Amino acid sequence: MIEIKQLCKSYGKLRVLNQISEGIERGEKVAVIGPSGSGKSTFLRCLNLLEKPDSGEIWFNGKNITAADVDTDQVRQHMGMVFQHFNLFPHLTIRQNITLAPVKLKKQSQAEADEQATQLLARIGLTDKADTYPNMLSGGQKQRVAIIRALAMNPEVMLFDEPTSALDPEMIGEVLDLIREVADSGMTMVIVTHEMKFAREVASRVLFMDEGKIKEQNDPARLFDSPQNQRLQEFLSKVL
Amino acid sequence: MRLFLAQSLWSDFQKSFLDKDRWLMYLDGLKMTLLLALVGTVVGIILGLLVALIKYSYSTRKKNKPWLTLLNWLANLYTTVIRGTPVVVQLLILFSLSFMPNGVLASFIGFGVNSGAYVAEVFRSGINSIDMGQMEAGRSLGLSSRATMRYIILPQAIKNILPALFNEFIALVKETSVAGYIAVNDLTKVADRIKGITFVNLPLYIVALMYLCIVYLLTLIQKRIEVRYSRSDRN
Repeated sequence: MIEIKQLCKSYGKLRVLNQISEGIERGEKVAVIGPSGSGKSTFLRCLNLLEKPDSGEIWFNGKNITAADVDTDQVRQHMGMVFQHFNLFPHLTIRQNITLAPVKLKKQSQAEADEQATQLLARIGLTDKADTYPNMLSGGQKQRVAIIRALAMNPEVMLFDEPTSALDPEMIGEVLDLIREVADSGMTMVIVTHEMKFAREVASRVLFMDEGKIKEQNDPARLFDSPQNQRLQEFLSKVL
Repeated sequence: MRLFLAQSLWSDFQKSFLDKDRWLMYLDGLKMTLLLALVGTVVGIILGLLVALIKYSYSTRKKNKPWLTLLNWLANLYTTVIRGTPVVVQLLILFSLSFMPNGVLASFIGFGVNSGAYVAEVFRSGINSIDMGQMEAGRSLGLSSRATMRYIILPQAIKNILPALFNEFIALVKETSVAGYIAVNDLTKVADRIKGITFVNLPLYIVALMYLCIVYLLTLIQKRIEVRYSRSDRN
């Protein structure tokens, strides 16, 4: 579904991504782990072109989306993204946050979008918050709204950029529960995360990134229980 | 002595305000002053927004199309020239143009163009004050940069800069007092004319008081707006 070929990205002299090639199949749940500064967020942000790769190609559904003539907005409508800091729109109500993109992009009428928003909000138990503003929500609630805001576009793949890193510990559970539920629904997902237990439980495959490269990848059980790469062993010994 | 002063003040007041319904002249002057400030602000906001958007799109892209580079160059030229020359000189130049039918139109354009150069900076700082994550969130949903700017960034930015825009209007109320240079009957010009007819200085004090009242009133309104906004921002 997503094919990454020789992806490179530098900030000035710093090489953040170094010749990464990787494939992601439909229905896979890929967790990306690694120390800070290893390039995992940049890798994820390249997938929906929030970062422009310096060289290399990304193919999505058989189309080279790094080609010059590609309509980036069109591509992104099929890729949902969830950010570390939620990035809800503070001047819009929760319902408007969810319906803005589907309505403005003419995917749905306002009435249809409202109906879908109501259903999505019921799913996360926040129906009564529909007409309040984001500043009335807790961090966990904000992130769950951010997730259903992305889902409202009916994306084919969901990208999560450290979705629980900015949350108070007692709110991490509710967000992970929702992500797990999205995973169970069959959604293709790429998750950059520091939650090793969660990665192990939900991911179908785990990538370990370090120094701009994927140093090791495997199914979660093998990667966590018998890591081969020395850097991965060091990393796991620190975080587990 | 005190009685004499009061009597002379009263006679000055009669001459400069009541005789021949001169108070109507002040009223006309007041209308003109407020109209100039209002039109100037509106034109300024439109121009300022345009310039700010040009500068913003130029600064956020790595490779720019030639037409955008040209527009950005023009925008910089505009703000540099307008902010680097006195508004009176700008008005006189506009008024001297052969196709300019009258001073009022020249003032509308002049104050609008002048105010636009300052408002552009206000808009730019307002747009820059919005977290990058907002633009990214909009774009990640598939909205174009234009749609994200329109529905997500600008509404928040404008809310942040509303007090500053209101300040611009207040400043313009006072600044328009130079419109008399190009034969516009604003409040200051009216006072000057009445002073010339009656040979008393009181009209100047009268209009000073009128300016003060307007500015004070506008400041009160501005404070109320600010209080209301800060309330809705609180958790």
